[in-house]
Amino acid sequence: MTADELRAALRGVPDPDWLDAALRRVAGEPDAITRFFPAAGRHCGRAALPDAPGWTADEAARAVLLTALPTDHARYTDTLYRQGDAAEKRAVLKALPLLPIGAAAVPLLHDAIRTNDTRLLAAALGPYARHLDVAAWRQAVLKCVFTGVPLAVVADLDARADGELAVMLAGLAAERHAAGRAMPADATDLLDRLTAGSGRTSAREA
Amino acid sequence: MRIFDPHIHMTSRTTDDYERMAAAGVRAVVEPAFWLGQPRTSPASFTDYFDSLVGWEPFRAGQFGVRHHATIALNPKEANDPRCRPVLDLLPRYLEKDGVVAVGEIGYDSMTPEEDEAFAAQLALAVAHDLPALVHTPHRDKARGVERTLAVVRESGIEPGRVVVDHLNEVTVKLVRDTGCWLAFSIYPDTKMSPPRMVELLRAYGTERMLVNSAADWGRSDPLLTRATAEAMLASGFSEDDVDLVLWRNPVEFYGQSGRLDLGELADEAPATFAGNSILRGGS
Repeated sequence: MTADELRAALRGVPDPDWLDAALRRVAGEPDAITRFFPAAGRHCGRAALPDAPGWTADEAARAVLLTALPTDHARYTDTLYRQGDAAEKRAVLKALPLLPIGAAAVPLLHDAIRTNDTRLLAAALGPYARHLDVAAWRQAVLKCVFTGVPLAVVADLDARADGELAVMLAGLAAERHAAGRAMPADATDLLDRLTAGSGRTSAREA
Repeated sequence: MRIFDPHIHMTSRTTDDYERMAAAGVRAVVEPAFWLGQPRTSPASFTDYFDSLVGWEPFRAGQFGVRHHATIALNPKEANDPRCRPVLDLLPRYLEKDGVVAVGEIGYDSMTPEEDEAFAAQLALAVAHDLPALVHTPHRDKARGVERTLAVVRESGIEPGRVVVDHLNEVTVKLVRDTGCWLAFSIYPDTKMSPPRMVELLRAYGTERMLVNSAADWGRSDPLLTRATAEAMLASGFSEDDVDLVLWRNPVEFYGQSGRLDLGELADEAPATFAGNSILRGGS
């Protein structure tokens, strides 16, 4: 999803004029974003956007506000995340792949992954998570399984999943099995894919 | 029966409480920022606390199907500590958050000059951010505290209908009834108010602008006393509609003045008398 596509998907929101004015203002006066950012949900609504699958109106509006900044994207991103409520934090996380910030926002991913708020955890594992080192990424994927976040939210899952993640998933599967509790089906499937052909015992047999 | 607890400190409660509250009909709560029992010594402790009131706690409530909103303020007790005063400068950014539906708890604890100043400053913030105000009344020297509270409210210029004066009882209710402010009562196991006494006050003063809360926190308190009060109302002849007014529609109307109360699908379940009222979404 690009910024232009999000912008187009926002055309039908309750108060599109508010968003247009806010975007113009932020382009000329970047500090104004701290005022518009928390108010976005009240003007654009919080409904899912039919033309932007996976995005709600408030998330998309906040993302395009961030892309409208003329400069200092990394600094504003950090401030708006750290001073944001849960919805603002989630919007920042989802916007990261759209911003010219390199790997500067990796500390925000670490913060989100440390929380037990599954909405933040899920939002931290989108395309921008390619900047996470592999140890942190594996722990985050395992935390998804542990907290019931569907693995469908994890970008590049099969490309990045490796033997070490398989060992960690097998360990969790063994604990769950011993406790008489189920593994999520998507985690069992992933473990099966990772162990297929390697001779390792699959989760289904464990 | 649907219940909106307009004052409860869920941060201090367990998930067992959320489960029991949801089972008893509590579908929405407002959590005012307040003192945590252990005095804080720096503004950073407050921002972490405020962040949890607009972050983790609404998420936790959501796991049990309970809608969570907050009120944000520097409480009267800690307004007396010079190390905590800079919190006043941090409030504006929280008063712009979606989940913040009032400035509160503000008011008096020991009625010091420092409390005077913080109270007036935060009423001005309520006006500036177009929010209602939740006003705590002192536990000691209460009647005079309420009189002084009402004088400060009048002086501030905030519209009385956007102010709720909390922790009232048989003595102090008389002082507030004709001011135009909303009246709130905290139902406690031993202190403050009890369900039977609350029913008597509703009989004597009517149900208009009356709010009933549990004010449950880390002290001896009970988050189900809103439900117990509703039961006591029914047992003494109040109608289901009276109960719905006091325990749902009144708090929705009061906090709805913020334009930020978001009850989502709960709003759609409203009875016919409430249909068509747009204050739930408000603002836009």
